[in-house]
Amino acid sequence: MEPTDPINPVNGAAHIVLDNVSMSFNGRRVFDSLSCEFPRGKISVVLGGSGVGKSTVLRLIGGLVRPCSGRILVDGDNVCELPDRKLYSVRDKLGMMFQGGALLDSLNVFDNLAFPLRESSKLDEEEIREEVHRRLRSVGLSDVDELLPGELSGGMVKRVALARAIMRSPEILMIDEPFSGLDPVSTKMIEALLLRLNRELGITMVVVSHHVRSTLRMADWIVLMLPDGAVAGTPGDLLNSQDPCVTRFLNEDPDEALAALENPDAATEYSR
Amino acid sequence: MIHAVAYIGARTLKFISELGHITVFGFRLCVAAVTPPLRGGLLLDEIYKLGVLSLMIICISGLTVGMVLGLQGYNTLVRFGAEESLGAVVALSLIREFGPVMTALLLTGRAGSATTAEIGTMVATEQLDGLRMMSVDPIDYVVKPKALMMLLVTPLLSALFIVFGIFGGYLIGVAMMGGDSGTFIASMENSVDFVNDVAGSFLKAGLFGVLIGLVATYRGYSCEPTSAGVSAATTSTVVTTSVSILIFDYFITALWGV
Repeated sequence: MEPTDPINPVNGAAHIVLDNVSMSFNGRRVFDSLSCEFPRGKISVVLGGSGVGKSTVLRLIGGLVRPCSGRILVDGDNVCELPDRKLYSVRDKLGMMFQGGALLDSLNVFDNLAFPLRESSKLDEEEIREEVHRRLRSVGLSDVDELLPGELSGGMVKRVALARAIMRSPEILMIDEPFSGLDPVSTKMIEALLLRLNRELGITMVVVSHHVRSTLRMADWIVLMLPDGAVAGTPGDLLNSQDPCVTRFLNEDPDEALAALENPDAATEYSR
Repeated sequence: MIHAVAYIGARTLKFISELGHITVFGFRLCVAAVTPPLRGGLLLDEIYKLGVLSLMIICISGLTVGMVLGLQGYNTLVRFGAEESLGAVVALSLIREFGPVMTALLLTGRAGSATTAEIGTMVATEQLDGLRMMSVDPIDYVVKPKALMMLLVTPLLSALFIVFGIFGGYLIGVAMMGGDSGTFIASMENSVDFVNDVAGSFLKAGLFGVLIGLVATYRGYSCEPTSAGVSAATTSTVVTTSVSILIFDYFITALWGV
């Protein structure tokens, strides 16, 4: 295991690179000199406790906030230096599922999903309808077209938000806390969905989570953010780490964590 | 003493910074306003939310203000034996002053605060960030329709306020106080000038509409993403816009004679 120097053990070019990124809000430091990479076509999980800046990493990658210093390369483009207009062309490659869903609450489920296509594609309404229903089916939902976001359960909101995030077939999918506030069954359902989407569509995924068990089951690459810096590696690397901070964080339930590592097919079981 | 100077300095810097931000925001809004798509469906929605839903409060307020004007005007004019000028007093007061100002203040309380709260809630629930991540500019999709329609509905509602106000004044002056109907109408016709009074009134209401639209959307757009932040932004919209309307009203009247 290495500290977060630019390394990429998952053979292939990094899709996203954070290089010496420092971030603070209103003078409050979030993190300093964070460097890490996210491999192309793999599921990377940003893991860490509350308040270490996990969600901020996603917002930085999406250009929603600017860092105090450092570079953020998304498919080679430094999003820190791009003006707003050019940032939109980078965002065309990105999809993001927000923690609370961020669905437009004045639109029903169908219109929420149709929205990105109506805004950026030349598809006619019939094609949009087919595409929306295809995406809804892919996240295990049907007959929800007319429901407003306020009428959905927490798990359904996450799934609709996930469906909207993939409507434009992004190259990179960023997912903020997909398991928060969900019961164990819904957690495993979302986890299986993410795995299936990654396998079927080959999307690079950056998942922010503090759910260790799910992370160990699904991640190809983990960036563990700790209060005094970040550590990156494969799940195996991190589980074998001698760093007490890493082991303390990961071994919230050591037996479960080891079982997940020893049984890599466990995750695919859920997707069946 | 040093603390007081530092406090004043900090407040001044914050005010200048805020002024800069709202100017940039206004410029981006102007660019969005002339850039397609027009978003006709959203514009119609906003006409309904800002205009149609404000009809009742505007009509009732206009009627009561006109009735009070009629009563006060009659009681004052009768002392000088000039009650035949009641039509002119009611009409000119409403057209030049009460119509645009009262409408703007009422719209600030009803539609301006609602606009700030709606946009602020979208900020707090990351809906605006969601739009950005879908390559949609929130100023174009969310702010533009609200600000443009505020500009459109304010003069129209002001005209309605004036009509109901004149009717209220007529009810009191003629039906209740026994004034002459023909004299009331003739006095009004003779004193009201279309360009100086009516067009000026529309212009004033339009400027107030710009002010409400700009402040209400800006406050929502830039609010802290918390429930307390949305609440503070909503309060700030009502206070800032109401005070600004009264200050602008004085300067518009003093400089342009409207």
